[in-house]
Amino acid sequence: MSSGSIVLVTLVAAVTIVGFLAARWGRANLTSIEEWALGGRRFGTVVSWFLLGGDLYTAYTFVAVPALIYGVGALAFFAVPYATIAYPIALIVLVRFWGIARKRGYVTTADFVRDRYGDRALEIAVAVTGVAAAMPYIALQLVGMKVVFAQFGGLFAAHDGLPALTVAFALLAAYTYTSGLRAPALIAFVKDALIYVTVIAAILVIPGKLGGWAHVFAASAAVLAARPKPASIFLAQPQYFTYATMAFGSALSLFIYPHSITSVLAARSKDVIRRNAALLPVYSLLLGLLALLGYCALAAGIKVGPQESSSVVPLLFARFFPDWFAGVAGAAVVIGALVPAAIMCIGAANLFASNVFREFSAERAPVETRVARLLTIAMCAGALLVIFFLPVPYAIDFQLLGGALMLQIFPAFVLGLWTRRFHPRALLAGWAAGLIASCAMAYSGGFGSNFTLHLFGNAVTGFIALYALFVNLIVATAATAIFQKLGLHAGLDRTSAGDYA
Amino acid sequence: MKSPRAWYALLILPFAGTLLPWIYNRAEPALFGLPFFYWYQLAWVIVTSALLGLVVYLTRERDDV
Repeated sequence: MSSGSIVLVTLVAAVTIVGFLAARWGRANLTSIEEWALGGRRFGTVVSWFLLGGDLYTAYTFVAVPALIYGVGALAFFAVPYATIAYPIALIVLVRFWGIARKRGYVTTADFVRDRYGDRALEIAVAVTGVAAAMPYIALQLVGMKVVFAQFGGLFAAHDGLPALTVAFALLAAYTYTSGLRAPALIAFVKDALIYVTVIAAILVIPGKLGGWAHVFAASAAVLAARPKPASIFLAQPQYFTYATMAFGSALSLFIYPHSITSVLAARSKDVIRRNAALLPVYSLLLGLLALLGYCALAAGIKVGPQESSSVVPLLFARFFPDWFAGVAGAAVVIGALVPAAIMCIGAANLFASNVFREFSAERAPVETRVARLLTIAMCAGALLVIFFLPVPYAIDFQLLGGALMLQIFPAFVLGLWTRRFHPRALLAGWAAGLIASCAMAYSGGFGSNFTLHLFGNAVTGFIALYALFVNLIVATAATAIFQKLGLHAGLDRTSAGDYA
Repeated sequence: MKSPRAWYALLILPFAGTLLPWIYNRAEPALFGLPFFYWYQLAWVIVTSALLGLVVYLTRERDDV
């Protein structure tokens, strides 16, 4: 084995042990869902910072954003404004949600929706959306790992990397089953340390070896312009709207995902979340610098086809770093995939166990935890199957579509935190309309994330998720007016004004 | 004194600063070789973090759990 492979295996083995030992952290009773799924809601500012950072900035993000820059140029940089404005939104929305969740013992968004609207169908719709959006997201974490395994070769890459992925995910399922959220929370420390070391080393070393940033950008501009389908290091005028809608739409949906909610609810206090809203953007800075590595790959003359662009970062590391450090970088990606995958499995399993399988009740039975634990294993297995049978580009398409679907619970969940004006059945109608609109636009656009509207002779290309949310809100508003006219009962609201304070 | 909640209005700035590519889609002035488009948006990450820190500080409640 090469020294890089030894480093990779050692680090992954170490975090696996940490994952199992995490069960002993705080001597908790892990048959309670609060303890297993939310770490007993006791995480302080530092643990939450690592956990949320490890959760939101996934290995896939770190592989895909530079790859997208490499592929399409400036447009891919929308990830930076996205990861910036997500935090003001988080400060407003999550603090409010955390407060009521703590008061009334919610574990999921659907718990809140059920309590607020007293509508079982809406609760299930919200829960199923979360599970459906989480699955391809977990699968994408596997894509990130697969890229690294392919680069290390040997045993890792045998049979398309599938045996190695299966082993990694079996271990992940086992320690998540055993330790719950405590496992990714502890492993996140290792993950984030590795990611920071890797990115800082890359930013300090690589541009210098390529003759400085000015040269990197000039060379990238030349390569992108010479492509059969030319791209640029700046936006073209028609891309302005696309860029802004992608950043804004993604920012709106980031904290609705079940894995974000799970990590947020594990925080000890409102202040922990408030402080983290201000502290987490440090990761966005890291993401922005990493994105620029896509240009370094262009300037370094790394050539891969559009289907293999996710290998540009591993290739860049292999070119500029000694073998053992490529092992560190590889471990950063693999562990960076395991942390969010574990949290996504827990978040999705909670939704299914608490809101589909068993109705939410104030007294959560131990059976709910048992179901959630078993479902975690099922989620891992499901994600593996997706990677076994679905070509990688499809997995990416499904993830983009999943993001659009996720945003469709925005009216019921986020607006619901402030207003009870919408009729629950109208929200359900809006959700369905948003879902259909997302799928139709994605289908007609060949599964891209953007859709071109032709309005008054102008073609406006924007983010599907945001268009669909617009449809959703119009339907929900109109249907509310109709249902009120008809005098339809608006369901029971079990929350009271004091719960939101 | 005005309600401390008014401070939350500061959080509109990052949206205005980052969602209008008309402002920043240009090469000059460059910084350390980074075109304006790139360093301007990276700078907003830091500014937003600082603004959030400020708002969190100014709106803190003594009886927060």
